[in-house]
Amino acid sequence: MPHLSTYVALADHSEQTLADSLRAVAEGHARQADVFHTCNTLAGWSDQHRQDLAPVVERYGEQEDVDEPERLRADALTSTREGEIGLLRDLQDLHLLATLVHSTWTVIAQGAQGLRDQQLLDVATSSREETTRQLTWLTTRMKQAAPQALIVAP
Amino acid sequence: MSTNSTTSDRVAKVFGEPTPHRRGTVWPARVDQYLDEGIDERDVDRWVQSACLLCSNGCGADIAVKDGRMVGIRGRAGDTVSHGRLGPKGLYGSTPWASSPDRLTRPLVREDGRLVETDWDTAMGRIVEVSKRLLAEKGPLSHGFYTSGQLFLEEYYTLAVIGKAGLGTPHMDGNTRLCTATSAAAFKESFGADGQPGSYTDIEHCDAIFLYGHNMPETQTVLWTRILDRTRGEDPPRIVCVDPRRTAVAEEALRTGGVHLAPRVGTNLALMNGLVRELFVHDWITHEWVAEHTVGVDKLRETVEPYTPEHVADICGIDPDDLRSAARIFGESENVLSTVLQGFYQSHQATASSVAVHNLHLLRGMIGRPGAGVLQMNGQPTAQNNRECGADGDLPGFRNWDNLDHVRQLADAWNVDVMTIPHWAPPTHAMQIMSYAETGSIGFLWISATNPAVSMPESARIRKILAGDQCFTVVQDLFLTETAELADVVLPAAGWGEKTGCFTNVNRVVHLSEQAVEPPGEARSDLDIFLMYADAMGFTDRDGAPVVPWRTPEEAFDAWAAVTAGRPVDYTGLSYAKLRGPSGIPWPVNAEHPDGTDRLYADAIFPTDTDYCETYGHDLITGGTVSEQEHRAMAPAGRAYLKGAPYTPAHETPSDEYPLLFTTGRTVFQFHTRTKTGRARSLDQAAPDAWVELSPADAGPLGISEGDWVRVESPRGAIEVRARIGRVMQGAVFAPFHYGHWNPDDLVDAEHRTANELTMTVWDPVSKQPSFKTAACRVTRLRAGDGPAPAPTNTASAPASGANDVEARVPATGGGSATSSRVLAETPGYALDPSQIESGREDH
Repeated sequence: MPHLSTYVALADHSEQTLADSLRAVAEGHARQADVFHTCNTLAGWSDQHRQDLAPVVERYGEQEDVDEPERLRADALTSTREGEIGLLRDLQDLHLLATLVHSTWTVIAQGAQGLRDQQLLDVATSSREETTRQLTWLTTRMKQAAPQALIVAP
Repeated sequence: MSTNSTTSDRVAKVFGEPTPHRRGTVWPARVDQYLDEGIDERDVDRWVQSACLLCSNGCGADIAVKDGRMVGIRGRAGDTVSHGRLGPKGLYGSTPWASSPDRLTRPLVREDGRLVETDWDTAMGRIVEVSKRLLAEKGPLSHGFYTSGQLFLEEYYTLAVIGKAGLGTPHMDGNTRLCTATSAAAFKESFGADGQPGSYTDIEHCDAIFLYGHNMPETQTVLWTRILDRTRGEDPPRIVCVDPRRTAVAEEALRTGGVHLAPRVGTNLALMNGLVRELFVHDWITHEWVAEHTVGVDKLRETVEPYTPEHVADICGIDPDDLRSAARIFGESENVLSTVLQGFYQSHQATASSVAVHNLHLLRGMIGRPGAGVLQMNGQPTAQNNRECGADGDLPGFRNWDNLDHVRQLADAWNVDVMTIPHWAPPTHAMQIMSYAETGSIGFLWISATNPAVSMPESARIRKILAGDQCFTVVQDLFLTETAELADVVLPAAGWGEKTGCFTNVNRVVHLSEQAVEPPGEARSDLDIFLMYADAMGFTDRDGAPVVPWRTPEEAFDAWAAVTAGRPVDYTGLSYAKLRGPSGIPWPVNAEHPDGTDRLYADAIFPTDTDYCETYGHDLITGGTVSEQEHRAMAPAGRAYLKGAPYTPAHETPSDEYPLLFTTGRTVFQFHTRTKTGRARSLDQAAPDAWVELSPADAGPLGISEGDWVRVESPRGAIEVRARIGRVMQGAVFAPFHYGHWNPDDLVDAEHRTANELTMTVWDPVSKQPSFKTAACRVTRLRAGDGPAPAPTNTASAPASGANDVEARVPATGGGSATSSRVLAETPGYALDPSQIESGREDH
């Protein structure tokens, strides 16, 4: 199962990337109190997903040497942008990262079902549910920020 | 028909003469009256119909007028809300402000940094010039409006139409965001739309009353009087109190065999999850009703499963057996009434905690019948109207901004393009409006009848925003408040009794308040001011006619009633003529309910249908919105939602540097930022200056004694006030939020007492209500005072019992002017009162 283990590694890595990026956006836009607090909360969820996945990672071992999904990996946001339009773009970046996480869990859940690996299926299902909630918040917040950022912001 | 009239000092005797009565019987009528000193009842020229504006209870009242001045107030015996009673704020505070010498009587404009008097044409000319320029340069999103919980329905609706159909800005909110937003949000999440399910008449029929974060004896004294008349009568209900202070509610809980739960500040949701879990564990569940009328029970059971009494006790710092006892009272009572206020709304996880109250009721099917009800309270008298009319950003008539059909109904009613009405995103909440004003993204901010420089969190930041050049600020008020001082244009407004309009209280009762006297000088009603702006801006509909065609309050009311047709908040059966009766009338009032509706959901049909609901709902943890498709997939179809969420720690918890919890609140003798109550001698002398309350256990090690000056500091700011060694729980510090630097008594130092200097900018993810209850602080002693703290002693700010003999040293609060009161031998008929209907008395 070299490819499944690659995807397990990808899930682990992309959750880590998402968590780091959420924390970077929280810090960078700390003046927006809801962004600060919610991004930190959502980062905690991603941490938890990785913890839940840890025993599976141990079982399968992380495969780092398969090329194809490597191209799927995205880099974390290390710095954030300024102002209202900057917030909008940062949220959109987070949305991209969370989408990668989401589809990764979908793929893993399929594999887990094929393998009848209940533990992995549970992790993938519950994590994906929370990733959906992360995406929903990001969409809600972008919709709120967009008109002002696009039309009025300096 | 009346018994003897008695006189009393209602500062000393806050609740007045008791009228205890048996369960299931009508609450007796007692008519309370206050007249200015030297005025006799025979001197009064006329009495003008109104209702009290000094809390959210909405007591029907008549204004006494003599020689063109308001000289007093009297309760209306036939009013369903109060049965004639008034509280101390209403009695003493309703009228003196009106003839205060410091009323604003002319518009002011800023010239060379100073506010100078001018005429209306100049002031409005300046507003319109800036407004038009910004509209041309940046469009309507450059405009924001921040209103109040104290205007009239007609004024909110007019402003809502100006904002949504005239300008097209989503940036409208009220200070209701600070006081009552969670009430609305919790209703929407559980029942699909705003709207108080319960009625005050539930008090007469319940066997238990749960008060969650609700110090009712200080926030709604007349409602608490109604409860006392039951707890002191035959077959009384038991009281359960959730409050970190040993309030009068807590004492009544112990007296009635109930429970006082004092959870650590910020842990309400853990407590609520524990209560809900107990219902499941003991199977205090009405299974058939739950299956038929709710959605989400399995998920809720799963969510609350970890919250065992012991686990909750650890989080909340309570005795696990107290939690069990409270749950048992809820589980074994036939009819429970629950009330909720700022201890939940302004605290951490506000909406989730308030929704949990609904969960308890839904699990037991205790809703929609006499005695089994929920009262999500409001803080202000007209907060409900702000929510209904949409001056708080929502769409008028509890319409769903995410439902294009609902938006179209409004576009048709206003004859404007549907695209004009901002509905593409959630409405902008107050804290976000301030954030946009901070950067100048909103460059035009109009504030009416509220004082955010004192009442918003992190007040130093708010003052800076309002004072800065990046945003042009208009303030319309009765006085030159702390906020008005910072404005670019100040408009003098007429107040209660100086204008006509309607307002609606917590339990949906609509009252008409008629103009009794002329406003002073050039002051104008808020409605007239908004109309003046609309005219000057030339807002027109699709046919070139004015978007706001009405001229009078009554025309505005009728326009409002028309747009409520078919919505839960149905006013179509109401008119000024109908409201000129003995009592206010609770909506919905329509062909089906011509006399109004005492309680909602008697049929257990909730407004959750996807095409009808006010919202598709939110994630209680993140605030992420549920989509129409997701909502449709759940097929709620009139069933209520059971929604749960896990407890998370507050955003700021005590640390080594800031070891104590800072929490703010109210006292019975002041209202909001004291604009009216501070100008009423009887009230102001009872609570003339700010204070903080410390527990004896915290004060001792800090070397602080009663009346000492202390410095209370959070990461954001500090206050220097006197200390009351009081009844707050150990680890917590309580400060009243009423006091800004306006200082009617010429106190030595009024510059360092605004409690909101310390609070943080953080809000609930769903209701967007800021949290005023959860900040960390440290306290240091500055110097000895020259007497006890200026805190009242007959309220929750009473001295701790036995602490340093404080009780003996602190004089009892009193000194209010004489008021009169008479209990009626025969109680009038109240059209919808179940006590009278059940006993066959429907002959009114």
